[in-house]
Amino acid sequence: MREITIDHLDDIARGAAILGTGGGGDPYIGRLLASSAVRDHGPVGLVPLDEVGDDAVVLPVAMMGAPTVMVEKLPSAEQVGLAARTLATYLGKELTHIACAEAGGVNSLIPVVAAAQLGLPLVDADGMGRAFPELQMVLPTLYGIRATPMSIADEKGNRGVLDTVDNHWAERLARSATIDMGCSAMISNYAMSGTQARESLVPGTLSLCAELGSAVRQARAEHADPVARVVERLGGRKLFTGKVVDVARRTVTGFARGEAKLSGMDGDAGSEMVLKFQNEHLVAERDGVPQASVPDLICCLDRESGEAVTTEGLRYGQRVTVIAAPADPRWHTPEGIELAGPRYFGYDIDPVGVPA
Amino acid sequence: MRIGIDVGGTNTDAVLLDGRQVLASIKTSTTEDVTSGIVAAINGLQQQRAFDPAAVQAVMIGTTHFINALVEAHRLAPTAAVRLSLPAGASLPPMVDWPQRLVDAVSGRSYLVHGGHEFDGRHIAELDESELRKAAEDMGAHGVRSVAITSVFSPVNAEFEARAAEIIAAQLPDVAISLSHEIGRIGLLERENATVINAALRELAAHIVDGLAASVSGAGITAPLYLSQNDGTLMDVDFARRYPVATFASGPTNSMRGAAVLSGLDTCAVVDVGGTTSDVGVLRQGFPREATTDVSVAGIRTNFRMPDVLSIGIGGGSRVRGGAGDVTVGPDSVGYELTSQALVFGGDTLTATDIAVAAGRAEIGDPSLVAHLDRDLVRAALEKIAADVSDVVERMRTSAEPLPVVAVGGGSVLLPDELADAGKVHRPENYAVANAIGAAIAQIGGEVDRVYAIEPGRREAVVEEAKQEAVDRAIAAGASPASVGIVDFDEVPIPYLPGNATRIRVKAVGDLQLGA
Repeated sequence: MREITIDHLDDIARGAAILGTGGGGDPYIGRLLASSAVRDHGPVGLVPLDEVGDDAVVLPVAMMGAPTVMVEKLPSAEQVGLAARTLATYLGKELTHIACAEAGGVNSLIPVVAAAQLGLPLVDADGMGRAFPELQMVLPTLYGIRATPMSIADEKGNRGVLDTVDNHWAERLARSATIDMGCSAMISNYAMSGTQARESLVPGTLSLCAELGSAVRQARAEHADPVARVVERLGGRKLFTGKVVDVARRTVTGFARGEAKLSGMDGDAGSEMVLKFQNEHLVAERDGVPQASVPDLICCLDRESGEAVTTEGLRYGQRVTVIAAPADPRWHTPEGIELAGPRYFGYDIDPVGVPA
Repeated sequence: MRIGIDVGGTNTDAVLLDGRQVLASIKTSTTEDVTSGIVAAINGLQQQRAFDPAAVQAVMIGTTHFINALVEAHRLAPTAAVRLSLPAGASLPPMVDWPQRLVDAVSGRSYLVHGGHEFDGRHIAELDESELRKAAEDMGAHGVRSVAITSVFSPVNAEFEARAAEIIAAQLPDVAISLSHEIGRIGLLERENATVINAALRELAAHIVDGLAASVSGAGITAPLYLSQNDGTLMDVDFARRYPVATFASGPTNSMRGAAVLSGLDTCAVVDVGGTTSDVGVLRQGFPREATTDVSVAGIRTNFRMPDVLSIGIGGGSRVRGGAGDVTVGPDSVGYELTSQALVFGGDTLTATDIAVAAGRAEIGDPSLVAHLDRDLVRAALEKIAADVSDVVERMRTSAEPLPVVAVGGGSVLLPDELADAGKVHRPENYAVANAIGAAIAQIGGEVDRVYAIEPGRREAVVEEAKQEAVDRAIAAGASPASVGIVDFDEVPIPYLPGNATRIRVKAVGDLQLGA
């Protein structure tokens, strides 16, 4: 895939929902925005990470806010372009490439919108290789690339640039601004050179989303098991198949935390799995024993269709298969674990990795 | 006494009820004009059991008419969608994801104007009344006859939709106006889609409702007329004129509600076996469990209240292929050609009906024409049907508790007396007219679905407030106050919003206050 056309967007959206590990929001609106942007401006060039020149000016863009708001107050294509242009102006640089901050959900598609709107190529890479809830949780943080200066834009044309002392402050101040902007803002941050992008981003993300989406689509057409295809493509393993029997949610400091209990079916009958989540799935326990945890990917898929089930969409009675897949190895360094390991999210366990 | 009528695509079924006792029931063919089929059905009841029309206290009708009109893109009014959202939302205009065929069928025009609310009640922009007047002028010039108005976060605050309606109505007094907050939930495109569909059906609704009312009064019945809604509750004719979209899924709902009454089970799975498909739904406290995901209607994504129904391609007309070792049943069906193609009717296609007759479960057509069928094949086909239906029932179960199964519909003879996991299959009397019974016993409901900012320590109070509002709405809609109870409650915190924002849905339902 050297360019993204309208025909690729369904697959990318479906695959992005899987890498969203339960979070990342429903990519439906992102898919619609991307297809309208591609229809208006033409296909988006997709550049492999290793072909990005040293002096390139790469700006990741993303949506920040509540997915529930985004489906009601629809974002505009201009809003995404505005965020990127605002940051480029502040930096005094001519931007050359758009990138994804995270792979997963709507934020795999927002950069397509920006790239189409600005007529720029998109780098086939992202800052996480999955979805995480907070903006400092990207691999560029491990390489000393600062989150700020970052830009933030709303649909009214309000723009802001934050320049903060560290990435945690960026998260905090951007979150406040997002709320004042009506909880659905577009941001651009982690501006980087081509050299920095090649060293710190996870390559091949958009291609991976498209491949996952197409694997699920094709498996269904062939009456094969879509979940098995996803596991194979991600190099992961099936953890559990079961029925959702209880979902408990609560909002803690703005995040939806909760637990879902699954009662085993098929080969897992008689066992129970508990999924602990904060927007994304963080820990999967089988009969009280952790089987996988952040930073590795825990994805909850519909057992039959292979479609990702978001943590907001989890409900009693769903038949799901939980799979785990290894995160980018850099997440397993001590610095990576400190940034996005189970303890950061309040679980007193060591990370449980999935063998790659 | 009350009369329940279900107008389906093929059959119009009617029942005369005294309380919950079935006094008479009849199946007639649906007619193109609908009304003559209804007249025939009421006459049929009269012949079966003479009754005094003045003693009828209410007539309830369930109809698939409006959804069929949408699917067939038939008689839809020229419609405009007005969205109050600017400067938000301009990239995805109304009807952005619609099949072009349907946009054309409603001569869809869209207008984006300033307005809308933020999640917390602030204004995105002030309503620009001159913009709205200009839009109304353009609508008038283009022959728009029905208008759908949607404002961002109107389920939280509907003031802009109401004001916009006033402005448009002042300028175009003859157009029908539909407001999104009365139709759908949070999720702008889906709610807007449902509202535009509703608007496009308004003229047809007025016409059909007049026809229904005329055929009922033509039979000498002066009692009020009600239509059944997707959620198993009733609306009066005035409401039906304004909200035709609320009747969309009343067919499966009526069958399920009827099954509950006939079997005396209010928590059960209902399998409605028709000619082409088996529809499986779940009743909780007598009401169909609702789909929580968006529901696509005629290729349009919407989010109004619909029952959660899973269908499989197994019915009386399903084709049976293969031998005892590799038999398949459906998903294709001979459909309405059953009476010419099935073996028992002298045809040459092996259908599920033939299997049922060969197994001695039903007497349809000429049993001697299937006497030659291999016994092992018949047994294998029945086992296959039972296994497939059982699997769907199992998928619809929401807890480890066993869920009784009630079988209704003409094709339910295909099902065994026991299903794996589910146990005994209940087969109530009058199963073939369960849908008309479901329409007749429908109740009146009120619903609240809103995002609340819950301050610390205020949760109980907010929940009580929401419940009371749902009860008040049910009573306002005609429920007898003493009978109203809460049948559904759901509370979901919304991530990334401040102030512990929580979406609360409550549904209250009560008996229709009759002959007050």
